[in-house]
Order: sequence, then C-alpha cells, then structure tokens
Amino acid sequence: MFYLIQLLNAVQYGLLLFLLSSGLTLIFGIMGVINLAHGSFYMVGAYLAYWLAKLTGNLWLAIPIGTVITLGIGGLLETTIISRLYRRDHLYQVLITFGLILIFEELRSILFGNDVHGVTIPPALNYSIPLTDTLSYPVYRLFVTGVCLVIAALLYWVIYKTRIGMMIRAGNSNREMAASLGVNVPLLFAWVFAVGTALAGFAGAVAAPISSVFPGMGNQILIICFVVVVIGGIGSINGAMIASLAIGLADTLGKVIAAEYSAIAVYLVMALILLWRPQGIANRA
Amino acid sequence: MIPITLPRPLLFIALVLLALFPLTGSTFYIQLGAKILIMAIFALSLDLLVGHTGLVSFGHAAYFGLAAYTLALISPKYEAATVWLTLPLAMGIAAFAALVIGFFVLRTTGVYFIMVTLAFAQMLYSVFHDTPLGGGSDGIYIYVRPELTIAGLKPLDLESPVQFYYLVLIFLIVVYGLLKRLLHAPFGRALAGIHLNEQRMRSIGFPIFGYKLGAFVIAGALAGIAGYLAACQFGFVNPDILAWQQSGTVLMMVILGGMGRLHGAVLGALTYVLLQEILSAPAIVGAFATHWQLAMGSLIVVIVLMFPRGIGGIFDVALRRYSYRHPNAIQ
Repeated sequence: MFYLIQLLNAVQYGLLLFLLSSGLTLIFGIMGVINLAHGSFYMVGAYLAYWLAKLTGNLWLAIPIGTVITLGIGGLLETTIISRLYRRDHLYQVLITFGLILIFEELRSILFGNDVHGVTIPPALNYSIPLTDTLSYPVYRLFVTGVCLVIAALLYWVIYKTRIGMMIRAGNSNREMAASLGVNVPLLFAWVFAVGTALAGFAGAVAAPISSVFPGMGNQILIICFVVVVIGGIGSINGAMIASLAIGLADTLGKVIAAEYSAIAVYLVMALILLWRPQGIANRA
Repeated sequence: MIPITLPRPLLFIALVLLALFPLTGSTFYIQLGAKILIMAIFALSLDLLVGHTGLVSFGHAAYFGLAAYTLALISPKYEAATVWLTLPLAMGIAAFAALVIGFFVLRTTGVYFIMVTLAFAQMLYSVFHDTPLGGGSDGIYIYVRPELTIAGLKPLDLESPVQFYYLVLIFLIVVYGLLKRLLHAPFGRALAGIHLNEQRMRSIGFPIFGYKLGAFVIAGALAGIAGYLAACQFGFVNPDILAWQQSGTVLMMVILGGMGRLHGAVLGALTYVLLQEILSAPAIVGAFATHWQLAMGSLIVVIVLMFPRGIGGIFDVALRRYSYRHPNAIQ
C-alpha cells in the first residue's frame, strides 16, 4: 500500500513536469529559443492562483483566470522581447531570459513579499481516501493527476490530429519550408510561446495547494524540466512524456530510499542517459 | 584570428592604477576592489570556455564553490591553515570535478550543453544544500584565514585588507598572463580553431574532445583560485556560492565586458560589481535598494539586446588599428 501511494505521487509529479517541459521543449524545438524564464511562469501561475483564490474565495475561478493572465503575459513578452531573440545565439537568449527571471522574482517580492503562503484546497476535494488503517491518499492529488492527463491528451490531440498541430510540427522540423508554404510563422510562434507559458502557469496554479507558493519555486522546477528535456530530446513531446514520468519516479524513489540525497537521483539518471544517448531518448542521432 | 588583446602601454597603465588603488585608504573600497579582482579571475576563467572555445557553460559556479568549500572544510577551527597546502588542494578538487563533469557534458553541444552544465552544477548545489556534509543551507564559517609563509616569514598577512588586496592582484596578474600565453600557444590556437569550425578541426585530425576537456579542466582550476580567494575574503561559505544565479552572474560579466577578450572579462567584472553596488546602495537609490535585482534584470535585458559585444566591443576598432600599426606591442 505504501508503494502504491508513492507510485501515485510519482505519476502526479511526473505529469506536472510534463505540462512544464512540453511547453519548454516545443518553444525550443520550434523557435530555437532556450527560455530560462519558463519556470517564472510556473511561479506566476501559482502566485496568481494564491492571490485570486484569496480575492474571490474560489480556487475554481482562480485557476482558469490565472492561466489566462499567464497566457496574456506570455504573449506580451513574446511580441516585445522574445521575438527579437530568434536569430540570436543561445548565449544571448540565456542571458536575456536570466534577466527576465531577476525581474519576475523581484516583482514577486515587491507584490507578495518573501513569505511562504499556503493555498487552501476547495472543500469539495479536501478529503482523503483511506487505504489502510493508517495510510490514506488525498483526493486533490488524484484530481491533479486527472487534470494533467486530460491536458496531456488534449495536447497530443492538437499536435497530432489538427491542422494547427500540423503547422506546429512543420515549423518544428523546418521553419523556412513551413513559412514558404504559407504558414504565418510570427503568429504561430507567438501562440506557441503564449500557450507554452500558459501551460506552465496552469501547472503552477494546480500545484499551488500541494506545494504552497514560495520564492524561487519556479527556478527549482525549471532545472528539473531542463533535465527532462535533455533526457527526452529537444522538440519531442513523446520524449518529454517518458522522461517526465521517469524523473517523477526517480525523484519519488530517491525520497523513499534516502531523503537527503533524493535530489541527486534525478541528475544520476541524466548522467546515465548522456552516456547512452547524448541526443535524448526520443531523438535519432 | 588572433585574439584582441590590450597593447602593452595600456596594460601597464591599468596595472599601475590597480596597484595604487589601496592608497585611497578606505577599507570599504579596498575590500570592494579585492572583490572585483576576485570576480575578474572568475570571469577570466569562464571566458576561456565561452569566448575562446565556444563552450557556453552555465554551471561555472560549481568549481568556484567547490574550491571555496574545500578551504572551509579543511581549515582547522582555531588555527590558520597554510596557503601552500590548501590552495593546491582547492584547485585540484575543482579541476577534478571539472574533469568528471566535463567527461559527461562535453558529449553534448549547443543548447544541450547549456542545460546539462546547469543541471550538474545544480546537483552539486543540492549536495551542499540538502546534506550535512558542508553545514547544509546554513553554510560554514572560516574563523581564521589561511597563512602565507615563505621560509618562516609572512610576506603577506591575509587578515589585513590591503595586503589581501595585493595577494588577489598578484593572482589576477598570474592568471591573466597564463591565459594570454595559453591562447597564443598551439593549445590556444587549437581552441580558437574549434571555436570557429569544429568539423574542420576534427577532419584535420585534432582530438576535439581532449582539447575541450583540457580547456574545461583548466577553466575549472582557475575558477577554483577565485573561489578559494572569495572564501578567504568573506570567511564564510554557503550553498548560494555555487547556485545557478552565481553562474548566470559570471556569464553576464563575460558578456558585459565583451567575450573573447581577456581585458573584457576584467572590465565586465568591474562594471557588474560596481553596478550592483550602486543599485543596492540606499544612499543612491533610496528605498528601492532592496529591490536592486529589478533594475539589474532590466539592465541585463537592455544591454544584451542593444550591445551584444559588450563594453570591450566598443574599443575593438581602435585596438585593431593600433595592433596593425604596432605589431610588436601586442606579443
């Protein structure tokens, strides 16, 4: 039973990572932009959920509104700053998005202070399913797992079954060719970036009641997402899915076996994959 | 392409200015000066990778921090350690870490390399942050600074800010000179070749991986010197010293000064530390001082968008013209 709980936790964490890293990997695969500030959108989503939930008293309202606001911020940022980076070297992209992280963190500090804030789980989901006499599983975590699964399925459907998805895949494999075939590339880029950041914001908003909101939360998860993208292979949604679940499992197992060293387990998995397939599991060399 | 270097007269003037700086007498400014010089050594070591080999490492703070932790962990609590033992050990550990990490990360290129160097540095960060090995998130104090003795004499007392400043200045000169020699040596020319066209260098028959690993280890060891000196100066280490923000900061210094120019790294460190001091000084910016990162972040965005070649880039045309007229003054 104990291991069932850990497995559920691993899947839930893995799916959350997938929401974040799918945006990251698409933004990189399509636009060639490495976005360090992706984690900041996770933080923005979480803080918006915290603030809106306190304002309206209703998390069900806070999550969608927060996600839409993050979408807007992402779109605004793409048109003003990120779109200037497409033809620049990765080095400059890293530095500018590093600067953006400093700005986001400091704005967070000005607006919300540096304290850790809890977000209350809505009463409808605020109970646990008893598994044995002593162990039980919180329903909200199951809810998060379910929602992430739905979003992931939706993402797969959009990318592999729709016309927009076809354009995205075309842009991913050959930008110039897609443009010459009549795809409005700047518009497509803006939308992919905005939706990617909205996914991150959404992940932050639904995770807020579990992890609570705290300074630097975005950066912590960003680096794990980089590991996911490296393992999965850049631009690959399938790779991101497999890698997210693997990292979720490695992290949870690590916490069970040796809590203090759990953070290292994730990086060891990455080191092994680098030896085996430096280009990621889903990409061909 | 020969790297752009400062002509001798200019280098000499800069050196005299740096040597005379402690005459200003204020302990605060001398300590600030030492901090700038330490960061200059750190930025120089990174520039070997970013500017001269084309390896954008986003985890360079790992080697800086490892060396700092080495000093903190092996210093006896109530007596002074000796520089002769602790400095080589700190550099050695930083170099060894660079060797092991380099073995993994150099299998990747481009954007993967950026992410993987960041991830490995973060792994070391979590080792020091989560485990009791290095005092956890609280860090460790170094109560007594190490001693520098030559044949029973103490030429420089590290407890004195002025003498510490000169020690750091000596190290900066040594590292600068070493890198300059290295870049003009066959090894450095090979690195420049890898930077310009890796495929061609490979087809000529250069063992690319070995050269890159060599550069990675040297950069790690030199970052170790900077980390060791930083630990000496502050008498305190905590996990923030190898956090990724530190890696981002030193990368920004390299870009700010203009990468691929040795004097650029020094200029970048100087500008960045001064900017940070100004932006976080309540006397200058008032109540906004606690939020200096907002201004710093905005400045970074603007500078990188507008001046990708950094401050050093401004002087390139003049320097190239000078080196054309005085070919002997450069070497």
